Amino acid sequence: MTLEYDGWIMVIGVLAAACCAVPGSWLVVRGMGMMGDAISHAVLPGIAIGFLVSGSRSGGWMFVGAAVSGILAAVLTQLVHRWGRVERGAAMGLVFTAFFSLGLLLIVQTADSVDLDANCVLYGAIELAPLDTFALGGLEVPRIVVPLVIVLALNVLASAIFYKEILATSFDPELATAQGFAAKWVHYGLMVLTAATCVACFEAVGSIITVALLVAPAATALLLTRSMKWVIVWSIVLGAIAAVSGHLAAITVPGWIVGGGLDTSSAGMMAVAASVLFLSAAIVSPGRGVLARRWRARRDGQRIAIEDVLGLLFRLEERALSTDQDAVENMLRSDVRIGPKRLSGVLGRIRRGLLARVEEGKWALTEAGRSEARGLVRAHRLWETYLAGRANIPSSHLHSAAERLEHVSDPGIAKDLAAAVGDQDEDPHGRPIP
Amino acid sequence: MTLAISMLDILLLGDWNTRVVVIGTAMLGIAAGVVGTFLVLRKRALLGDTVSHAMLPGVVAAFLVIQAFGGGGKSLIGLLIGAAIAGTAAAWAIPVLRRSTGLKDDAIMGIVLGGGFGLGIALLGVAQSLPGGNQAGLESFIYGRTASMVQADAIVIGVTAFITLIIAAVIGKEFRLLCFDESFGRAIGRREGLLDMGLMLLAVAVTVVGLQAVGLILVIALLIIPAVAARFWTDNFVRMVILAGVIGAVACWIGSSISAMAPKLPAGSIIVLTLTALFAISLVCGTKRGALQRLVRSVGLRARTGRQHLLRSVAEVMELNSTSTWSAKDILPMRSWSHARVRALHRAGLRRGDIRRDGSEFELTAAGRVAADRVLRNHRLWELFLIRHADIAASHVDRDADFVEHILGEDLVIDLERTLAGEPDTHQSPHPLRSGA
Repeated sequence: MTLEYDGWIMVIGVLAAACCAVPGSWLVVRGMGMMGDAISHAVLPGIAIGFLVSGSRSGGWMFVGAAVSGILAAVLTQLVHRWGRVERGAAMGLVFTAFFSLGLLLIVQTADSVDLDANCVLYGAIELAPLDTFALGGLEVPRIVVPLVIVLALNVLASAIFYKEILATSFDPELATAQGFAAKWVHYGLMVLTAATCVACFEAVGSIITVALLVAPAATALLLTRSMKWVIVWSIVLGAIAAVSGHLAAITVPGWIVGGGLDTSSAGMMAVAASVLFLSAAIVSPGRGVLARRWRARRDGQRIAIEDVLGLLFRLEERALSTDQDAVENMLRSDVRIGPKRLSGVLGRIRRGLLARVEEGKWALTEAGRSEARGLVRAHRLWETYLAGRANIPSSHLHSAAERLEHVSDPGIAKDLAAAVGDQDEDPHGRPIP
Repeated sequence: MTLAISMLDILLLGDWNTRVVVIGTAMLGIAAGVVGTFLVLRKRALLGDTVSHAMLPGVVAAFLVIQAFGGGGKSLIGLLIGAAIAGTAAAWAIPVLRRSTGLKDDAIMGIVLGGGFGLGIALLGVAQSLPGGNQAGLESFIYGRTASMVQADAIVIGVTAFITLIIAAVIGKEFRLLCFDESFGRAIGRREGLLDMGLMLLAVAVTVVGLQAVGLILVIALLIIPAVAARFWTDNFVRMVILAGVIGAVACWIGSSISAMAPKLPAGSIIVLTLTALFAISLVCGTKRGALQRLVRSVGLRARTGRQHLLRSVAEVMELNSTSTWSAKDILPMRSWSHARVRALHRAGLRRGDIRRDGSEFELTAAGRVAADRVLRNHRLWELFLIRHADIAASHVDRDADFVEHILGEDLVIDLERTLAGEPDTHQSPHPLRSGA
């Protein structure tokens, strides 16, 4: 293993990943991730025929063949879906398996005479790629770099030039069609790009790993940002990271586990690395990750629990009822949203936040606590009044609705509600609106 | 000649070894057709694809484990258990990932499929660089290799397929409910999550045994295509399930027979191409939704609509001009049709005996008169109904009635007459037929 050899493998991997990231982002936001799977399988007969015609892997024939069979598969899928009224997923699965078996048959038929085998198509031969070079200004450059660079440039250019069109047709096809963007042609254009990408990448990483590189970085990027431009940029970056770390893992990890300097398929590990990146983003992404959402849910739950306690104390004080420590805690223990487990934590937070304190065995709101509780109860009763007047909700259902809405009402909403309710100062249950 | 004889020999199961393989794959075809029907009706076709790709790491990991414990690494059952575990894990991971990320299904499936297969390739790389070197058979799980199937394998396939079939038969009713009326099923207490998981397990079982025959990339075709093809022949659920099983079995039989004839015909490909051919036949000739049948029906509908349009236009022209004859150029402005269309409709009318030619003029026959009156009457009944009961402006009813009049049945017309009781027999048009008229 030399720096030059491994370096080139990583360069090829990064190029392939970047190539896939651009159409992949569009496919994922359009909900067509599995179309990448279908096309990457469906280009096989085109590759085989192109190869039979030209007899070499470097010719443009293979590209033409792959693009034609990729498009043909997309069109046939659409036809089977429309004419046969077959569900789109089933139509896709039907067409691509038929194409793939045809391609496999062609390749097996010619396997003895030519140098193209099914394994190479399925999982690539990135390990052999750096050995097949040509001289470029004194530098030995792997031949496979050329198609990858061309297709990458094509993908980036097409996305940049037709950005607005693709964006419009992706998110609102009806509006786009009404504005004169031909959604159909954008769709088929994207299929052409995907097919070209699949054929440029299959030699490096194989057709199925291509699916992972198309979908995984783009899906990861969607977890990190919501702006389409950044989704594309992020998925290129993430794809590159997956390619480099995948190769490094392929030449080191099996050695750690089994020993003896063992290594494994770099392409396979690139797909694994892309999936690991996705899983990590799904867990730790600040906006949409599982941890962030858990944390937000926990924080909201705690805030709502505190507000419920304050509301209870306010109502007890209002009716001059006992705020005996034991009685209050018993009441809260049976509250569904607090319950016995969270009770002591919630009460502790209220004490530490100086919202209420215990004096001589009785709970008492502090000034800060009372003003917060007043706002809350005010929102609650305003909502009840509003819902009873405007939304015709029966009075038996008002409380539970207001109970939820009070926690999401900021002072601005309360002001609007007060204006809408007018000069009523009692809620439908006859309690004063504070 | 010898080829023909050997083909016949194979198709009729003359050779013991091929008999085993063919019967084994045919059993697989039945089970796949049946389970696939549920999968397709439940719109889970690509889920099966994802699961089958994600089985590769399971197979290779099982191989490595068996190897590490000194087994031969060739134990088919062991490898299939590995595949089943990986497939089940993938089927479980998809809904979990969807819920926890909020991404669409297709992205999740792409990741599970690509990532799982990548892991499989990476493990395969490890297995291949291990000393020992009897991992060559592993790749047959990717492409399938029926030729290497022995009696024991065929028995494994047959038994699994049989068990799958029995399970499918027992809970078929629940699945049917799930496929067609999910919310009703939920209301009467069926757990759709549990049933979906059960369906996925059945699919995993079929896929696992299918790996040997057609390989993990093509096994999805065995699940999808028979069901989709069967849908073109019947609207009845039970018949569809049976037919899908039969199609699957026939394709597997023919496919594995052909593949047994020559060395360079991979069984997986041949089986899938046979299935595709059966699908194409169903798509064209199917008696329920086939293209030909739909074509015939739409030609018939077009002819009937054309005749009714002509008769109504004729009746309106005669009413406007108070004549009993008309020429083609009188009819032309009545609708947006071409000269050629008007001529063709008149020719069809002459053939049918609705109208008679009298020089350059035409007149209705007695039968044509009755038919024209009926068409005009239906049109105006519907217009009146729309005005009185659907609050549609008089200026808009003509167009709406134009669409509906052709499919008004006998019963519906009687209903309309009852609703609009007290009207004269042939109604006046509720809107002016010509501006200023």
